Amino acid sequence: MVNAATVAGSVVDPELPFVTLADLGIVRDVREGADGIVVTITPTYTGCPAMEAIRDDIVRALDEAGFGRAHVRTVLSPAWTTDWISESGKAKLAAAGIAPPGAAPRRTGGPVPLVLGGRSAAVTCPHCGHGETEQLAAFSATACKDLRRCPACREPFEHVKEI
Amino acid sequence: MSFDDAYEALTDHDDDTRWAYGTGFSDPLAGVPTAVPDGVDPADLVAYCLMLGDDALVMSHRLQQWVTRAPELEDEMALANIGLDLLGQARLLLTRAGEVEGTGRDEDALAYLREPAAFRHVRLAERLDDDFAHLIARLLVFSTWRLALLDRLTTSRDPILAAIGAKGVKEATYHREYAAGWVVRLGDGTDVSHTRMRAAVDGVEPLAGELFEPHQVELRLAAAGVGVDPATLRTEYDDVLAEVHRVATLPPPPPLQEGTGGRDGVHGPELVEILTEMQELARANPGGVW
Repeated sequence: MVNAATVAGSVVDPELPFVTLADLGIVRDVREGADGIVVTITPTYTGCPAMEAIRDDIVRALDEAGFGRAHVRTVLSPAWTTDWISESGKAKLAAAGIAPPGAAPRRTGGPVPLVLGGRSAAVTCPHCGHGETEQLAAFSATACKDLRRCPACREPFEHVKEI
Repeated sequence: MSFDDAYEALTDHDDDTRWAYGTGFSDPLAGVPTAVPDGVDPADLVAYCLMLGDDALVMSHRLQQWVTRAPELEDEMALANIGLDLLGQARLLLTRAGEVEGTGRDEDALAYLREPAAFRHVRLAERLDDDFAHLIARLLVFSTWRLALLDRLTTSRDPILAAIGAKGVKEATYHREYAAGWVVRLGDGTDVSHTRMRAAVDGVEPLAGELFEPHQVELRLAAAGVGVDPATLRTEYDDVLAEVHRVATLPPPPPLQEGTGGRDGVHGPELVEILTEMQELARANPGGVW
């Protein structure tokens, strides 16, 4: 018997349909409420338009699996971090040609440090595995990814930025 | 399912529900608790959310106007995505303002149906960019100040402002990096790019004065542990701008000017031009969705 958490977690991301919400760490909690299943999700980016589609997809998936009309709650805190993407999620991103994020930067108090000249030069090329790649643009097709290029195989690729 | 790449995966289906850009976006704070912290005048909280929300909304619109006009495709994507982040912050803040106000105005009513004098953003956000260097100078000032502000908001007694701050810090960190990187590239570039970048910082940076002038609403909310006194952000801002100017081989930042009343609804003809474009569709089609 499949439980509601498995169904909600199996919903695929609308813009990265080879990874699930469970892979991405977007589903924070699934429980039985007084009037149906309550699913708690957290937005990746505040402006991410995919959140609307994700809410609809969760409600539809649970309904089709026989759990009735679910309620989807949003939590803003704690803020989503790429550290919540599972190892299997990172492997699926790499298999789809998108370099997965490394560890998110840890804050130690004080002002956010200014970084000049591009960051995380150690992103590995998802096509040929070369370890040093260069950033072409800090934002690519979505706000959560930057655009990079591999100097070895010359292929451009996207990389999920660490936040 | 398996796909060769991400784009094949997206285009593989005819199903419209796959696409995020659909119709009738709903409340971005759905399910988030809405209580107002003790000892806070709800009218102050509404005004504060409008200030920070309108800064983001108007700046976002100006950034969107650069799409199809930026020097490179990659920069159009960057500007569009920074604008999208700010629009997301604006949606949360305007929704919060509408909820606390309690008269039924949602984010759409606040964005699309307010008159110019009801907007509470700083003049810097609405300024028309003379060229790409002016845009970059404006984005550096805006994102440096906003990053420092959002970082302070993370300890707000209002859980929603604290959450917006925590999320926004991660986004604004990239916005500031993007702007700073371009100021350095243009300032430390050719004679022409240096001259134009220098003209841009001279033209734009004095407007930052308004960002650090505390409004009564900000002072009351700062005293209540909910808002931030913007004067306390000045040192961090000065340090970042001095460092960017130094690496960009630009002279130190020029002195700041006094504000012209943006927080009290005093705006120039530039806002009318922005709102004419931004509100046209919503006013012509009341209640319409697409």
